[in-house]
Amino acid sequence: MENIISLKDIVVEFEDGEKILKNISLDIKDKEFVTFLGPSGCGKTTTLRIIAGFLEPTSGDVFFDGQRINGVPPHKRNVNTVFQRYALFPHLNVYENIAFGLRIKKVPEKEILNRVGEMLEMVNLMGFEKRSVNRLSGGQQQRVAIARALVNHPKVLLLDEPLGALDLKLRKEMQIELRRIQQELELTFIYVTHDQEEALTMSDSIVVMNNGYIQQIGSPTDIYNEPVNAFVADFIGESNIVSGSMPADCIVEFTGKRFKCVDKGFAQNESVDVVIRPEDVKIIPEEKAELTGIVESVVFKGVHYEMCVDSADSKWIIHSTKACPVGSVIGMTFDPDDIHIMKKTEDNT
Amino acid sequence: MKLKYFSAPYLVWMIVFILVPLLMIAYFAFTSDNGGFTMKYISDVGQYANIFVRSIWLALIATAICLVIAYPIAFILSRMDKHKQGTMLMIVMLPMWMNFLLRTYAWMTLLGNNGVINHILGMVGFGPVKLINTSGAVVLGMVYNYLPFMILPLYSVMEKIDKSLFEAASDLGCSSVSTLFRIVIPLSMPGITSGITMVFVPAISTFIISRMLGGGSNLLIGDLIEMQFLGNAYNPHLGAAISLVLMVIILVIMTVMNQFDPDEQVLM
Repeated sequence: MENIISLKDIVVEFEDGEKILKNISLDIKDKEFVTFLGPSGCGKTTTLRIIAGFLEPTSGDVFFDGQRINGVPPHKRNVNTVFQRYALFPHLNVYENIAFGLRIKKVPEKEILNRVGEMLEMVNLMGFEKRSVNRLSGGQQQRVAIARALVNHPKVLLLDEPLGALDLKLRKEMQIELRRIQQELELTFIYVTHDQEEALTMSDSIVVMNNGYIQQIGSPTDIYNEPVNAFVADFIGESNIVSGSMPADCIVEFTGKRFKCVDKGFAQNESVDVVIRPEDVKIIPEEKAELTGIVESVVFKGVHYEMCVDSADSKWIIHSTKACPVGSVIGMTFDPDDIHIMKKTEDNT
Repeated sequence: MKLKYFSAPYLVWMIVFILVPLLMIAYFAFTSDNGGFTMKYISDVGQYANIFVRSIWLALIATAICLVIAYPIAFILSRMDKHKQGTMLMIVMLPMWMNFLLRTYAWMTLLGNNGVINHILGMVGFGPVKLINTSGAVVLGMVYNYLPFMILPLYSVMEKIDKSLFEAASDLGCSSVSTLFRIVIPLSMPGITSGITMVFVPAISTFIISRMLGGGSNLLIGDLIEMQFLGNAYNPHLGAAISLVLMVIILVIMTVMNQFDPDEQVLM
């Protein structure tokens, strides 16, 4: 697959000297569902706006299909955007909102009728043509926004937290719907969200961002199982993160104890971040364990119990199907390949 | 239901100060000095058709100029940083804090035959040009005095237009010109109609501006009405009849205007 969009060394700096993006380079493959994931203020929406053309980078190049498109205004780019708050035109009805882009391009009336009809069918809004957009529910407005963008047959669809304002159930439905549409039309979707679960559910690949830098690019399984640093590990799902050091290959020392692990190649006694998923912490009898702690709280989460355990100099979150009573002392152990060792990072860069 | 009682004072106010005066005008217009019914004064209004036409014409020109000047100002204002908007808005409003008469007097001294403008023109070898006592001076006075009434309603409507709508339009292929015609103008229509109303209505019935800047040859309806009540031509019956006809004309024009307003916000 070839790259449809490439960003090279993108820097965005505002007038007051604040750097929003600090050197972003990224290739997006054709027909992929790519998600920009990160906390608010990480630069994910800014990156999307650069691709859409609403914002020019301070330095760096944007390529679309191999062509440099810096300075090309949004209305001349072959991408369309689904906006965060939908941005439907309040003076137009559902039909006219969807037909808007086609009318600008002076598409014949008959073709407009066909294409808008197709879109209404795809987003399940047949019969709503004459309805004012102000009298639609949030989910319906969302569908109109998607139809209005897709009717133009863009090569790339940009979606800026499009499901943020919907309730949980509707959001889950729309996630599946969006994924279906993307696969049906074989388009490239670039999706911005701060919801890691959403990103894991929908994406072919995820770009994790923080502080204006890309932290990691990879498939959902890669990102979840092999986070490259403590930030990614913490942001994607819950994690226990403790400081440690590597006395030798495949040996890690943390909380004053040594554990076997599978990572090697670190300098001797290099200090590292140790990341362990809550579901990977095994509860064993106290007397058999190197690491012990007192159960501080137990919360029933449906599939599992979430326990907070206070160990001598660290706190642990454990997910387990069986609960231990609050106040009891338990032992903890880990399988060597569940211990993820990461290089210490400064300022999450 | 209790809210109904709170509205009572307003109801009384409206009856005493709006409804009763209106009825009195109608009464005066349709009666003669001895109190009998007559259509004489209403039909006499026809003699002043030329003044009516001139008033409507000058008010229309002034309104159109106000709209052309105010629209870009209001748009730029509405797109500024929030904290700059306040300062700019104050500058726009500043002339309104000055007395209306004073502002118009100022134009008299500027436009006069020996006024500032002619003086400057004289220094570069032009003129003197006749500026004051022309219909142009009356229109200028109207535009100057009523411009803020056009800017404010336009600004308040435009300020509420979501910025992302412009981005959406641009995203869907609109150049800035087509964004103006497809998004900005349709969405600011309520502001346009109320701005036109707020400029046109006072402009058509003004008498100070025409008196001070228009001289004797640019008599407007306002002057005519004033003359019937306070001038030598004292005739309140004719004055009432002219007022009544003017009201009907404004009513008709506003009804036509409101056809262009999608929300039909009647501002009459």
